[in-house]
Amino acid sequence: MSEEKKGALGFKQDTPAERFFNGLIVENPTLVLMIGMCPTLAVTTSAINGLTMGLATTFVLALSNAVIALLRKVIPDTVRIPAFIVVIASFVTLVQLVMQAYVPVMYEALGVYIPLIVVNCIIFGRAEAYASKHDVIPSFFDGVGMGLGFTCAITVIGLFRELIGGGTMFDVQIFGEGTVVPGAIGYFFGLYQPIRIFIQQAGAFIVLAVLIAIMNQVKFNMEKKGKDTSKFGVGGCCSDVEIKDPHKVKEELLAKEKAAKIIKADKEEAIKEETVKENEAKEKAGEEDEK
Amino acid sequence: MSDMMKVSSNPHVRSSVTTSNIMMWVVIALLPAAGFGVYNFGVDALIILILSVISTVLTEFCYEKFMHKKITIGDFSAVVTGLLLGMNLPSTAPWWLPVLGGIFAILVVKMLFGGLGQNFMNPALGARCFLIISFPALMTNFVTDTYTSATPLTALKNGEEVVVIDMITGKIPGTIGETSMIAIVLGACILIMLGIIDLKIPGSYIVSFVIFIILFGGHGFNGTYISAQLAGGGLMLGAFFMATDYVTCPITVKGKYIYGIILGILTGIFRVFGSSSEGVSYAIIIGNLLVPLIEKFTLPRAFGIRPAGRKEENKA
Repeated sequence: MSEEKKGALGFKQDTPAERFFNGLIVENPTLVLMIGMCPTLAVTTSAINGLTMGLATTFVLALSNAVIALLRKVIPDTVRIPAFIVVIASFVTLVQLVMQAYVPVMYEALGVYIPLIVVNCIIFGRAEAYASKHDVIPSFFDGVGMGLGFTCAITVIGLFRELIGGGTMFDVQIFGEGTVVPGAIGYFFGLYQPIRIFIQQAGAFIVLAVLIAIMNQVKFNMEKKGKDTSKFGVGGCCSDVEIKDPHKVKEELLAKEKAAKIIKADKEEAIKEETVKENEAKEKAGEEDEK
Repeated sequence: MSDMMKVSSNPHVRSSVTTSNIMMWVVIALLPAAGFGVYNFGVDALIILILSVISTVLTEFCYEKFMHKKITIGDFSAVVTGLLLGMNLPSTAPWWLPVLGGIFAILVVKMLFGGLGQNFMNPALGARCFLIISFPALMTNFVTDTYTSATPLTALKNGEEVVVIDMITGKIPGTIGETSMIAIVLGACILIMLGIIDLKIPGSYIVSFVIFIILFGGHGFNGTYISAQLAGGGLMLGAFFMATDYVTCPITVKGKYIYGIILGILTGIFRVFGSSSEGVSYAIIIGNLLVPLIEKFTLPRAFGIRPAGRKEENKA
């Protein structure tokens, strides 16, 4: 990667700020890279669950990224996965014990998903794709950005699921019976019947899909206005990929199609010839058999 | 040059059967059961049916208008969805239940996947399951003659006596369209005679369900129990009108039998071993999801093509 190459949102590649925004927006792990789906779907039944899970993951992600970057020249390539697991698991144990001691309610609520942070594919993905190839400081900020991107995404998912499925927002009743909103508006809000499917598994998929659709629509609109979105989605560690002008891509595609058609026609002819030959051969073989 | 020599690309034979035609006949075939529901449960039922049809048609119209797509409400498929959804709701449902269900059926289950022909599950059933998971109390609040009561299937599951003849005529509590076996079969006969549906799926569904009930129902070959299981709940409505939905059932002949048998077994499992007394809608939805797999395995072999993996047979 050359120094002049620009990273996410026009920042210089591999600076702390670039890494931070890359993880938060451009390569948001949940909405763009679509990794770490297991906790995304499982623990987002409420906003507070999402927030806690996100922060715990961010802590592990940032520190494990930093440590792995530090050790990257020591760890032999063949055993890097076990080595990553050891590093990540140490931090997860740390988080687990701290949460058990200071926020036992959240510890109970998140249950098995806290130890499962060890195998969260965001952490593994970043260790493998970024931290094992870059310096400590950018790796640390990559972890912070990715972690906060994950936190934001799952908190928003949790917020919607909680609001639609239970009428509450951070455990404050907004819609439905017992609403905190006073007056006439409160009366109408009180009539709301929570759609329970949204705090069950199926609802998680619906909310996540809608959020991804919105994200894609925003991107599409920006492209339509002629803004440069080439840094969207393929910034950062994927920026080695050559970024093409959409019009050129279209032309190239058309040219390719044309070429493919010509090749196809040629092939068909060749196949025809072959079948003719085969038939002839078969006939000959048949004649021989008869003989 | 005669007309016989005219060269054109296929199709060469056209039939007068169109989507809107078929859907219209399905609506007509559903009317006896819907009519009986209105007779049985009163004006409430009529309002729910109308609301759910309006909400499905309006949702489809608004979505297509908003997305600048071709308006397809003329093909009556939204009306069928709305009518089926309404018939799957209890008559005591509040007004917003059919409206919400209709929006979900069309918007999420049908249009977001590409509209008619692209939906992976039956929209009406998808919406019914959405509602029953979200509002279990409202969806199982059944009434006859203004008395709140359990459906005969629930009574049967609890080991109480049921009157089978009432279950066949339909003077029982239940959702609007499922109670009368006679009215449903009457409608189904119209569709079968017109060739719109055939007996492959409903037949294999019902037969495999009966066999399952005899084997695992715990009552053996008990005529009353079996006929009560057949006439109760949404089995008839599901077998004839929802399992046979063109979009979400297999197109291969073998696949249709397999699909029917899967539905029968699933319904049996849900009814006998499940916590709820009813299981037709979940069975059909799971069946819908299995359709691509069933079709893949029952694809007929094209003439002259050797199945992959088989070695070339010795010519001598």
